[in-house]
Amino acid sequence: MIDALQAIVLIPIIAIVGIFIALLFKGIDRILAARMQARIGPPLSQPFIDVKKLFMKENIVPKNAVKWIFGMMPVVALTASIAVLFYIPLFGFKPLLDGYGDAILVIYLFAIPSLAMVLGGFASSSRYATIGAQREMVTMLSYEFPLAISIIAIAWLVSSTTACSPAFSLGAISIWALVGPLGILGLILLFLVMLFVMPGEVGAIPFDSPEAETEIGGGVLTEYSGRNLGLFYISASVKTIAFAAFIVALFFPGNISNTLFLTGIGAILADALFFLVKIFIIVFIGSTFIRVAIARFRITQVVKVYWGYASFMALFGLLLIAIDLMGVV
Amino acid sequence: MSLKDLNRSLWVFHVNSGSCNGCDIEIVASLTPRYDIERFGMKLVGTPRHADVLLVTGPVTRDMEKKLKRVFEQTPDPKVVMVIGNCGSTGGVFYESYNLAGPVDQVIPVDVYVTGCPPRPEAIIEGVVKAWTKIEKQGEKK
Repeated sequence: MIDALQAIVLIPIIAIVGIFIALLFKGIDRILAARMQARIGPPLSQPFIDVKKLFMKENIVPKNAVKWIFGMMPVVALTASIAVLFYIPLFGFKPLLDGYGDAILVIYLFAIPSLAMVLGGFASSSRYATIGAQREMVTMLSYEFPLAISIIAIAWLVSSTTACSPAFSLGAISIWALVGPLGILGLILLFLVMLFVMPGEVGAIPFDSPEAETEIGGGVLTEYSGRNLGLFYISASVKTIAFAAFIVALFFPGNISNTLFLTGIGAILADALFFLVKIFIIVFIGSTFIRVAIARFRITQVVKVYWGYASFMALFGLLLIAIDLMGVV
Repeated sequence: MSLKDLNRSLWVFHVNSGSCNGCDIEIVASLTPRYDIERFGMKLVGTPRHADVLLVTGPVTRDMEKKLKRVFEQTPDPKVVMVIGNCGSTGGVFYESYNLAGPVDQVIPVDVYVTGCPPRPEAIIEGVVKAWTKIEKQGEKK
């Protein structure tokens, strides 16, 4: 728990650092994707240049749009993406709002940017945006189910094995030590499911049919330009690292400073660096690699993949953990 | 707000105003690993609302005249118009045809002409560099 003064000082710092790291990771992501396609790729600072340019451009609001919703939704999306950062352990520190929210709250916060995009798409009165918004809703319905199964399986595991607060606080416990061999297999399955949910959650390529620029001209973002588009751009980048940090907090919460026998400022730096490396690995596998390796799914295939394969995998993982906990085998 | 801020981050929207698809293929070729215009921060976008540069191919048939004007107006300021290919620059083999509403510069203001039938991807990249220098000069004036 923290007092109000600390929060007022720390919230803008976390927001600015979060946006900076997010855009930096976006630059790394674009370079790596280019290298995998045998291209040279843009410079590392490209996302910063893009955002600067978008904020300088004219901000067009269509004549038939519902203007207040259209203008408000990019702000809502960015605010929700940044709000997630306050509930997730970052750089080896405890979450800023530790004790005020748990993993269940984080799932709901993750849903808000997508909902904001859906509302903005419907409010912009463009037919392409309407199709995109419908697809975004279907995609959300699809990935929320396996995601919820994974989170609830872990929450149930933690709450039934440790004397922990109501659901569980993120990053406090290493869940791998709580289970036997079968349970570890189940946790690996849940981890894979979370990695597979990640591109859907952040709108990366195999699951980007809501924004498919080659078929529906930008989808939900069709009518957005200038500053509003820039806010959505930042929001998507922040959401990517927030989701990666969430996976890290659930599955690999440990710090490195104790292992290396470091103390003081060295320990803090080592932990922060270790955290960035973990996030980088998750972003690389969950977003960059998948989006280079696979082409875009049709919206019907998105539903099939998530409700069929991913949900089945998550349920199987839950079952393995349950068997392990009840001591049947 | 000045044109100089567009530098190094040009998002491109491609308008086919009645082209034979030759220039269009060369534009796509400049995105491939061999030429890779993403090096310069360029990106092909799906809607004029996101675009900074309009790449116009084709000589503008009568049917496309109003649509080209609308796409130009839908693009947020500041913006640059590049014409790719002989048809758009002068009319090309369709010069003075009864079907044409003009070369592109009779319909919307043009900043850079890239000639060729079709122009090579190198020529398109050179055109982008010319657009940059033009943008920089306009930035200095302001």
